[in-house]
Amino acid sequence: MAVEQPLTTPAGDQTRIHDIGYRGYDGPRLGRAYARLSLYSQSLRGAYGLGRSAKSKVLPMLLFTVMCVPAAIMVAVAVATKAHELPVAYTRYAIMMQAVISLYVAAQAPQAVSRDLRFKTVPLYFSRPIETADYVRAKFASLASAIFILTAAPLLVMYVGALLSKLGFAHQTKEFAEGLVSVALLSLLFAGIGLVIAAVTPRRGFGIAAVIAVLIISYGAVSTLQAIADVQNHTSAIPWIGLFSPVTLIDGVQSAFLGATARNPGAINPSSGQGVLYVLVVLGLIAGSYGLLMRRYKKVGL
Amino acid sequence: MTVIATESLSKRFPRVTALDRLSVDIGPGVTGLVGANGAGKSTLIKILLGLSPATEGRAEVLGLDVATKGGTIRERVGYMPEHDCLPPDVSATEFVVHMARMSGLPPTAARERTADTLRHVGLYEERYRPIGGYSTGMKQRVKLAQALVHDPQLVFLDEPTNGLDPVGRDEMLGLIRRIHTEFGISVLVTSHLLGELERTCDHVVVIDGGKLLRSSSTTDFTQTTTTLAIEVTDSDTHPDGTRAVRDALHARGVETQAEGAGLPGAGHILLLTAQSEESYDLVRDVVADLGLGLVRMEQRRHHISEVFTDGARNDSDERGSDEQRKEAVGHGG
Repeated sequence: MAVEQPLTTPAGDQTRIHDIGYRGYDGPRLGRAYARLSLYSQSLRGAYGLGRSAKSKVLPMLLFTVMCVPAAIMVAVAVATKAHELPVAYTRYAIMMQAVISLYVAAQAPQAVSRDLRFKTVPLYFSRPIETADYVRAKFASLASAIFILTAAPLLVMYVGALLSKLGFAHQTKEFAEGLVSVALLSLLFAGIGLVIAAVTPRRGFGIAAVIAVLIISYGAVSTLQAIADVQNHTSAIPWIGLFSPVTLIDGVQSAFLGATARNPGAINPSSGQGVLYVLVVLGLIAGSYGLLMRRYKKVGL
Repeated sequence: MTVIATESLSKRFPRVTALDRLSVDIGPGVTGLVGANGAGKSTLIKILLGLSPATEGRAEVLGLDVATKGGTIRERVGYMPEHDCLPPDVSATEFVVHMARMSGLPPTAARERTADTLRHVGLYEERYRPIGGYSTGMKQRVKLAQALVHDPQLVFLDEPTNGLDPVGRDEMLGLIRRIHTEFGISVLVTSHLLGELERTCDHVVVIDGGKLLRSSSTTDFTQTTTTLAIEVTDSDTHPDGTRAVRDALHARGVETQAEGAGLPGAGHILLLTAQSEESYDLVRDVVADLGLGLVRMEQRRHHISEVFTDGARNDSDERGSDEQRKEAVGHGG
């Protein structure tokens, strides 16, 4: 039987550090799937600055607020004026806020992948059970989820507001669901494009600039061309031009299949044939960026 | 038991042959892998981690085939790269916890193991500060900790003493020794300095141009030639102290050589071959009897180039004969 030790010990003993020597680990090793999930959750948290310095929380949180405030204001207006419809459709919201979303992607895509490349942390990952595909999938999924949170949160605000002001439940739910499908596609597309660009530009500054160029400038260029086509009465060309920027691609898909009205000059909805093409291009781009990422990381290795 | 076994392992790239029919068996303990830059050390580690397929031949790590069991191997081994690999904006604790989870440790275990491992490699309060502010020595410790955090059976350490000052170097070598003696983890450590591995390793494998030059236990390496370098002060009775010591040693039957001309210390440093522990005592006594001060008495570090020059000479002189080559290299250590 062990004798109970007196509670008071000599003062010297309390400060002594006992070196208990090396202890091995014989607990569970949870393997690839767990490691992939850990990387996913760490990257997703990182995309909002959680678990990182206070400085890196500022921008994502600010952009998140900027995304949600207009939705809250709309809901307030709709409730106050007893409107029968929200002032902006669910599907239109993300297109309206495309600049904010693009900024978010430009800031967070390099954060997600360039750091590991620039500080050469990648070999540490690949010397562990996870494979290239695990790393790419975890990073892709985490950025897509982060963008989805950014774009779906305001829709949720609008939906809750709409239900509170007793707008038709079935109608609102259907439109909300269409909106979610649209932003889910947008999240995957933007995440793919953003990651591919960031993965080939290890310097963070260049990465940010390049993502902004591809997302925002391409939208500006396509919109300008569409406006010219509209003025010159070549309205049939407008949907074709829309295939060349990520934002108008999503706009085309949702105006063809998700009950949205196209946001291009002249509000020309693509035909259903063109709509199918839009969907194929979007899916092709998502798959293509996954493929390019895999190729990039196969090369990085150790 | 064999920890690492390779059998005519070759790796050829379009322009270079990184490994050329390398066959080597490595047992438990601390093993040094020595070779000049580009000798194929990193390529070998990559193949052993199952990350790069061999062109020919086979290799096993912990009894697992690298070609098919890469994932299982990587779960049981640790890897410390040669280059910098730490993000500057996170603390050592956060970073090592994350790496522990990447090795499959559950969250709580990852945290406990991180605290333990960082303490064992000698990082205390500073482990909560961002890595960006660490010295090179501290960064090397973090790199080592991430390789040990999942309690592997074997670690690959790629040039762990690179960039360290002499004190840091010795501390790192001591730590490497402890990894085996106290932690019970086998170590494969690469270096281009043979001398520093001699003191740390049980076994040394020398490769050059992807070929095995020599594989033997370190005692074989050092027994034949341990060169001592001695430097003494001058005194009034012995205006040329170096000369006095040389003559006194010579009187006792010990041959000495002067440091080669052109090298630092030429003319002041005597070299002699230590036959046993007694040689050290002899030098001490001789210097003390003469009333001189002993400035230094150190083991000369053999540079790997000595092994290479002997190997190369052997190659050109007596092409092909393996037995003779082994012998020649044996004297080169």
